[in-house]
Amino acid sequence: MVKKSIHEINGRIRDGSVNVVTAEEMVDIVGELGAEGAAKEVDVVTTGTFGAMCSSGVWLNFGHSEPPIRIGKLWLNDVEAYSGVAAVDAYIGATQQSQSKGMEYGGAHVIEDLVRGNSIDMHGISPGTDCYPRKVIDTTINIYDLNQAIMLNPRNSYQKYNAATNSTNHTLHTYMGSLLPHYGNVTYSGAGVLSPMHNDPNYETIGTGTRIFLGGTQGYIVGEGTQHSPAAGFGTLMLKGDLKKMSSEYIRAATFEGYGTSLYVGMGIPIPILNEDLAKATAITDDDIVTNLLDYGIPSRDRPVLRTVTYGELRSGSIDIDGKEVPTSPMSSFKKSRQIANELKEWIRAGDFLVSMPVERLPTTTPCNAMKQTNVNPLVVDIMSSDVTTIHEDAGFHDAAKIIMEKQFNHLPVVDSGNHLVGIVTAWDISKAVAKDEHDLVKDIMTRNVVTTSPDEAIDISAFKLDSNNVSALPVVDSNKHVLGIVTSDDISKLLARRH
Amino acid sequence: MMIKINMAADIVTTPILAEAIIETGSLLNISQAHFDPIHGEVVAEIPSDQLAKIRDALVNRGAEVVVLNTPIHRDEDECVECGACISVCPVKVFSFADDWSIEVDSDKCIQCGTCLKMCPHNALALGQ
Repeated sequence: MVKKSIHEINGRIRDGSVNVVTAEEMVDIVGELGAEGAAKEVDVVTTGTFGAMCSSGVWLNFGHSEPPIRIGKLWLNDVEAYSGVAAVDAYIGATQQSQSKGMEYGGAHVIEDLVRGNSIDMHGISPGTDCYPRKVIDTTINIYDLNQAIMLNPRNSYQKYNAATNSTNHTLHTYMGSLLPHYGNVTYSGAGVLSPMHNDPNYETIGTGTRIFLGGTQGYIVGEGTQHSPAAGFGTLMLKGDLKKMSSEYIRAATFEGYGTSLYVGMGIPIPILNEDLAKATAITDDDIVTNLLDYGIPSRDRPVLRTVTYGELRSGSIDIDGKEVPTSPMSSFKKSRQIANELKEWIRAGDFLVSMPVERLPTTTPCNAMKQTNVNPLVVDIMSSDVTTIHEDAGFHDAAKIIMEKQFNHLPVVDSGNHLVGIVTAWDISKAVAKDEHDLVKDIMTRNVVTTSPDEAIDISAFKLDSNNVSALPVVDSNKHVLGIVTSDDISKLLARRH
Repeated sequence: MMIKINMAADIVTTPILAEAIIETGSLLNISQAHFDPIHGEVVAEIPSDQLAKIRDALVNRGAEVVVLNTPIHRDEDECVECGACISVCPVKVFSFADDWSIEVDSDKCIQCGTCLKMCPHNALALGQ
C-alpha cells in the first residue's frame, strides 16, 4: 500500500525531483504499471478544462472619488454591474448584457477587456448622502487603476455536463450553441479525460483552499459551487483568483447567438497522488465518463434523456441517435484544456507551484432542488378560446374574408378534409390576395408553416413562441393536429393585466 | 470553382438547369440543392473556364448566379479551437487535426453562413 504525504510531495517539488504528468498521460502509466506502481512513480497529476462558464464574474474596487460617492447603480461600458455593496465595490457578472449593444457585448466582454488592459467607461449614480454627497460619477478606468479585481466564480468546472440535441423542426439557439432540426447535430461540454473533478471523484484533494490554475495564474477553490449535486455526478466549484494576473489566453468572452454572453474560463487542478486510489481515479478515460443526451427541443426543466453517451463516443465526431449517425461538436476546447494541464505541469516541475490539501472537504450529499413556485403556472387550456371557426383549404378566400368579418377575429385556421390543421389565414393574407389578384383559393394564400401550441403547454412558453416567431396567435391542436382552440397575444396580455 | 444559383418563384418549376447544361454542354456538378414552392437554391461545381457561358445560359433564363469565391475566413486570434463549428457545417469544412487543432478546408465552403452564428467567439467571417 503506497502512502505519501502532501509535505513529501511538496519537498520533491522544492528539490526538483517531483514526477508530474497530465491526466491524459496517467492513463497509460496506470495501464502499464498498475495503480500501485503508478502511485509510487507519479507524485502529481494535472488536469485542465477550458469552456463556457456562465456563472462567473469579478469583484472590483475603484477607490473613492472626490467628493465621495456611494454608488447605487453602475455601468461599465454600458453593462450593469451590481453595486449594492458599500460605496465603491461592484460585481460584474459574465452574462449581464450591454444596454445598447445587447448580446453582442456583455459582462464577459468587460472582463476580457479588463484582462487585456483596455479602457472601460464607467458611469455610476447615487441618491447622495451627507457622508457620500456625490450623485453622479463618469470616468474611464482600466485594470491597473483598480485596487482589486478579484475573480469570484460561483459555479465553475462542472464535473460533467449533459450533451444536447434537438428533435424539433427548427434550429434552436442555446447556451449549447446552434442545435439543428431533426437531430441534426449534438453538442457537448467538458474536457473528458482531463476533466478536473472526474479525476478525483471522491473529492479527496479537491476542496476548500485547494490551490489551482485559474485564468493563467494561481487561484483557489472557495468551496462547493452553487447547484453542486455530487450524488448525481454533477459536482461544481466556486473559484477565486486575481484577475490582474490573468491572461486573455485563458479568459475569453463569448456570445451564443440567440442566448447571450458567457465567459470561457481556463482552469486546472493538480491532484497529488497520495495513494493508490487516487492513482486509479486519475486513470479515468473518456470511455469511462458517461453523460446524458438531452432533447433541448422540449422547453422544460425536465428534458427527456434520449440515451446515455460516453465522452469517448462524443469525441469520436459522431454518435448514433435512432439509427442515424449525427455529428458532434464540443463547446469546450480540448486543445486549450491540454495546454492548461501542461502549463500547470511545468509550473510544478519548475518549483513555482506547490500542491495543497483542502482545509475542508466538499459536501458529497448536497441535493440540488428545483425552485419552489408558489403561483400555479397557467396553461394554454386556461385562457384559450375554444369557440374557433376553421375553414377548408379548398374554400375561396372570399369565404374566409366573410368569416373573419362576421366573427370579428383576425386568424382563421385552415384544415384539410380530415380536419387536420394545414395552415392559417389572416386579414393581411386576404388583403394581399385582393391586391395581387392572382389566386382564388384559401390554400394558395394561407401560411403553411403554422406555429402551434397544445392545451397543456405553459402560457410562458406560448408567449415566448408568439414573440420569437413574430406572430400574434397560435392555434391550439391535439396530437392529431385537430384544432381545439386559439390563443392570441391579446389573451395573454389580459392574463398579465390580471396578474399584476 | 463553385457557384450558387438562385431561382425565384416564377422559374422554380422550370427545368432551367437541364436546359443550361444541354445548351452549354458543361458538366455542372450539383453539391447542394434546396427547393420549396417559392425559391430554389443550388450550389454547384463547374470548370472555371466555362463560367461565362454557364452564367449567361442561366441568367438568360431568369436565374441569379453568384460565384462562391470568398470562402469562410477564420480569425486565429479570436478562435479558441473548441470545434463548435464542426457539427453545423453541411459540407464538413471544419475538422480536428490529431492534436485537436481546427483544420479548415475552405475549398469545400458553400458560404451558407451557418457556422458564423454557431461560433461563440465571433472568429468566423465570410467575404474577406
